[in-house]
Amino acid sequence: MRIPLSWLADHVDLAPGATGRDVAAAFVSVGLEEEDLHGGDVTGPIVVGRVLSFSDEPQKNGKVIRWCTVDVGPHGQMESERIAQEIVCGAHNFEVGDLVVVVLPGAVLPGGFAIAARKTYGHVSHGMICAEDELGLGTDHAGIIVLDTYLGADAAAEVRPGDDAIALLGLAEEVVEVNVTPDRGYCFSVRGLAREYWHALGSPEGGFRDPAAVPTPAPSPTGYAVELTDETPLEDRTGCDRFVTRVVRGVDPTRPSPAWMQQRLTQMGMRPISLAVDITNYVMLAVGQPLHAYDLAKLSGPIVVRRARPGEHLTTLDAVDRTLDPEDLLITDGGEVPLALAGVMGGATSEIDASTTDVLVEAAHFDPTTIARSSRRHKLISEASKRFERGVDPDLAPAAAQLVVDLLVEHGGGTADPGVTDVDRTSRRAAYLLEVDLPSRLVGHRYPRERVVEILRDLGCTVVDGSVVDASDGPKGAHVLVTSPSWRPDLVDGPDYVEEVARVNGYDNIPSVTPTPTRGRGLTHAQRVGRLVANALVGRGATEVLTYPFVAESLADAFGLAADDERRSATRVANPLSDEAPLMRTSVLASLVEALRRNVSRGQKDIAIFELGSVTLPGPDSEHTAPVPGVERRPDPETVAAIEAALPRQPRHVAVVEVGEAERAGWWGPGRAVDWSDLVDAARAVAAALALELTVEADPDHAPWHPGRCARISLPDGTLVGHAGELHPKVLATLGLPPRTCAAELDVEVLTVASASATRFEAFSTFPLAFTDVALVVDAVVTAAEVETALRSGAGEWLESVTLFDVYAGDQVGAGLKSLAYRLAFRADGRTLTTEEVNGFRDAAVAAASAAVGAVQR
Amino acid sequence: MSGPNKQYDPVEVATLDPAHLDAAVTAAFAAFAAAGSLEELKTARLAHVDKGAVAAAKREIGALPPSAKADAGKRVGAALAELGRALAARTVELEAERDRRILVEEAVDVTMPVGRRALGARHPLTLTTQRLQDAFVGMGWEVVEGPEVESEWMNFDALNLGKDHPARQMQDTFFVDPPDGGLVLRTQTSPVQIRTMLDREPPIYVVSTGKVFRTDELDATHTPVFHQIEALAVDKGLTMAHLRGAIDHFVRVMFGEGTRTRVRASYFPFTEPSMETDFVCFACHGDGRTNDAPDGAPELLRACRTCGGSGWIELGGSGMVNRKVLTACGIDPDVYTGFAFGLGIERALQLRSGVTDMRDIVEGDVRFSQQFGMEV
Repeated sequence: MRIPLSWLADHVDLAPGATGRDVAAAFVSVGLEEEDLHGGDVTGPIVVGRVLSFSDEPQKNGKVIRWCTVDVGPHGQMESERIAQEIVCGAHNFEVGDLVVVVLPGAVLPGGFAIAARKTYGHVSHGMICAEDELGLGTDHAGIIVLDTYLGADAAAEVRPGDDAIALLGLAEEVVEVNVTPDRGYCFSVRGLAREYWHALGSPEGGFRDPAAVPTPAPSPTGYAVELTDETPLEDRTGCDRFVTRVVRGVDPTRPSPAWMQQRLTQMGMRPISLAVDITNYVMLAVGQPLHAYDLAKLSGPIVVRRARPGEHLTTLDAVDRTLDPEDLLITDGGEVPLALAGVMGGATSEIDASTTDVLVEAAHFDPTTIARSSRRHKLISEASKRFERGVDPDLAPAAAQLVVDLLVEHGGGTADPGVTDVDRTSRRAAYLLEVDLPSRLVGHRYPRERVVEILRDLGCTVVDGSVVDASDGPKGAHVLVTSPSWRPDLVDGPDYVEEVARVNGYDNIPSVTPTPTRGRGLTHAQRVGRLVANALVGRGATEVLTYPFVAESLADAFGLAADDERRSATRVANPLSDEAPLMRTSVLASLVEALRRNVSRGQKDIAIFELGSVTLPGPDSEHTAPVPGVERRPDPETVAAIEAALPRQPRHVAVVEVGEAERAGWWGPGRAVDWSDLVDAARAVAAALALELTVEADPDHAPWHPGRCARISLPDGTLVGHAGELHPKVLATLGLPPRTCAAELDVEVLTVASASATRFEAFSTFPLAFTDVALVVDAVVTAAEVETALRSGAGEWLESVTLFDVYAGDQVGAGLKSLAYRLAFRADGRTLTTEEVNGFRDAAVAAASAAVGAVQR
Repeated sequence: MSGPNKQYDPVEVATLDPAHLDAAVTAAFAAFAAAGSLEELKTARLAHVDKGAVAAAKREIGALPPSAKADAGKRVGAALAELGRALAARTVELEAERDRRILVEEAVDVTMPVGRRALGARHPLTLTTQRLQDAFVGMGWEVVEGPEVESEWMNFDALNLGKDHPARQMQDTFFVDPPDGGLVLRTQTSPVQIRTMLDREPPIYVVSTGKVFRTDELDATHTPVFHQIEALAVDKGLTMAHLRGAIDHFVRVMFGEGTRTRVRASYFPFTEPSMETDFVCFACHGDGRTNDAPDGAPELLRACRTCGGSGWIELGGSGMVNRKVLTACGIDPDVYTGFAFGLGIERALQLRSGVTDMRDIVEGDVRFSQQFGMEV
């Protein structure tokens, strides 16, 4: 909402010398956030000009520029030689003889744009002819301002080339724009903002002059007939509870609205249209009551307000034919012909036009929910709907209608009908019994009773001593009975009033007291695990990145997932930003490959990245509907359980992707390429950080990994942790990723659960270590893990470690066989092992390997 | 002088002559000194100690008459001791020289580039999250987390965002298909507060951190996926003063002692009274205007792009937990009060580290993370 300082000053005494910045700061102090500051940043010369001649000149870039001469009065570049101003203009919406706005060299436009004579399109342009947006008057850039239409012919007849356009258009005046929160609809008016500014100054006696404080006539039976009906109220609130109509006859349709009104509308960001429309807009901006003007000649029956019928249509003023919903509220002519979508937008059939002389003015009060839904349903946010859905003062309609009538009579030469309609079904606002101490208690700052009452009264509340109705046990005078003013429907219960007291008294006066919780237990195990997992990977040289969890439907195929793979069951976003990526990822790898691709495309070759984040696993048969219980009380445990059951499982995973060199080449020698083992080792590092052991098996069937280079990683008890290895060459080719890219994905929840209990210390021996080496020949298909398991099973209790230090396949061992060389290390508790003992252990280990996998010692 | 020996050999006896012995010792000293290496010293030792005149003199002592033995033995012994000391001293010198030379010979160019193994880094956003979490944990709060695909009830209804609230529209919220299934991608971390209140009895002092989703297209200042931290306290006797105190503490921890803030009334459905906290703009320091011109020409003074000209940057919303929210979670609002505040972690990172383009945070370019190492 905007407010020009001069308009504000009409209704509240400004602080002496107040600038736009000061006024904005005052608004902030009462909780209205500053959005912007307009105007006041234009310096001259900006003058009225008359177009004397022009020629259209096509340019190489396809544009046609207009080379103009303009009479700018005594400001011309070569006035002494009687040569008119020469200006290049890109717009074509003007004719010779038109009055335009000319910015001359030396002027500065909003945003700090300094204007100078400059060479462009083969001419020296001595200034510029302005469009609305360039002057900060609006957003219109369709063409330049032609004053004859912009001001109206009458007003334009008064101006001469060379006149100061800054004064003419009010460009020098500062306009403050504030952001109005949804609870304070009344601030969508000069009336509301003036009151708030007055509060910011301390609500000085007599400092605020309510623009809606005008005498209004009593309703009379001769007013235009109005019927309010509503057979299906929303949430038990009738769609329309007040409807005021007034009639003004004999309005001269050719009269323009006065220049001052047009200027204010422009400053507020609205376009002047016609006298009747401008007046309704002006009064709406002044007091906050949306109004509508109908051409009385186009109405026949009484006005009937009702809900729309199924299939009914209305063409609104924006020329859109709208199919109505039975929840939409309509203003109709005689109950049959829809005239307007109530509180949102008028219809085309009863529109004021160039021949309208008799005007019916509507000032009504509509249910916020009805208007909000209609506005959203039809994607139509109007100045009216914006105000109605935030709550309009239900007592305002008669005064607002009177203001419109007065202006139509004054500026349109009309005569007001004596008949006044006011169908009033508004209900009295309930008084609230406010504990006077509540603001002090809830804010933590002492507000004396007198101060609380004073603030509430300044706000417009009616405050009476609560003891008359105070049935509570508290001391006399502990309560006051507060009735909120009609423009504050948001004030309902205690905390609402507390905020008002704290706000008007100044939020800056709220003290700062650090709370002192005493039961903190630090981070949870799961939280520490998350940090450790990430840090362990960083320790291995990987870099953490973040990716969006949205993936393409085609990714499951690109990954080569089997038809029954659980990861194909994905949660789908109903309204994705991109139809290319409507699914939530079922693996972190699914989105991490995007980050890999981006880094590759930006020239990185050796990449190790990881991400720790949620995956969404709804499973193939899950029911996705969550109950939405009420909020009047805590939902019962079954309902909470049903909500939880509807949520997909969302475990935390970590994925790592590596490609390029694991160890770089350099002056020290050649590098070493990343291979599957680096990723298994990464998994091991993660597990080791949590003091967990992992079991590794070959998994020939886990997409998107290479069937021969994929390790299934599990806990010793068999619980699956994840997979690591090289990705499938076909997957890499399909996704356009570098060959030999390796990856791992681990379920961090599994690691968290497994590492939850404190690690138990195991005593270790300090006696010497004894080594013995053994080379075993096995069938090539036997895995290292199988051989190691067998060796461990036979080596006895003093085995400390088994290290595979060589693998050989070739002529010396024979076709289809391989040789694995192990170093076994033994250490006993409490004594030194003899060579004979160690040899015995070794032989037993070899025997076990022979029995288990047919190993033969070389 | 001793008497003549019956096996007297005038030639051999000459080696025992004091002057002769002195000369031999002097010659040995000279040889030791001349030795330029441990090898040469060894040669000198062989020539002058193990063999040579002094060794010969020692051998000849036995041939002397008993009366002369003691005197000669003393002189030869002294000479040998002198040689031993000299030899040891020279050995130490030469060893030190050798060690020095080896170290010099082994010297390398330590300025050659290293980096055989890549260095990793955390993402600054997760680091910022950790820093924020730690600030609260240090105050005795706990960290809570919740699901990103969330129920509408937790994300909206329980937070007093009724069915008609604008935030529940498709243009703001990602809905899970089917759209009427009651599931959304959470638009805020506040549903975690609801979960906490359903789970725990007051006193509650928790912060929830995590990913949230809004249907904004990615550009320099917006991202559809971002991160929030929200604090929730529910206890007996909590006031807006406590809320302010918690925010002030947090601001000091995050942005330093001198950071100027202001508070103003605001509106959020889940709090009443509500409050907004602003920071002084780090780009224009509160002036609201910046000047791009090198000569500071006044006509080029323009509204600060960082704060939009107001001089302040929004830190985040807060307030006393709405009674309706407490009620929906089964907490008696007549017994307990609570406060909540939240802010975007991206914004905290931007403020702290001068990251101006949101795209750098979300694109996953390793060069972004690598600037930060393991700490923001």
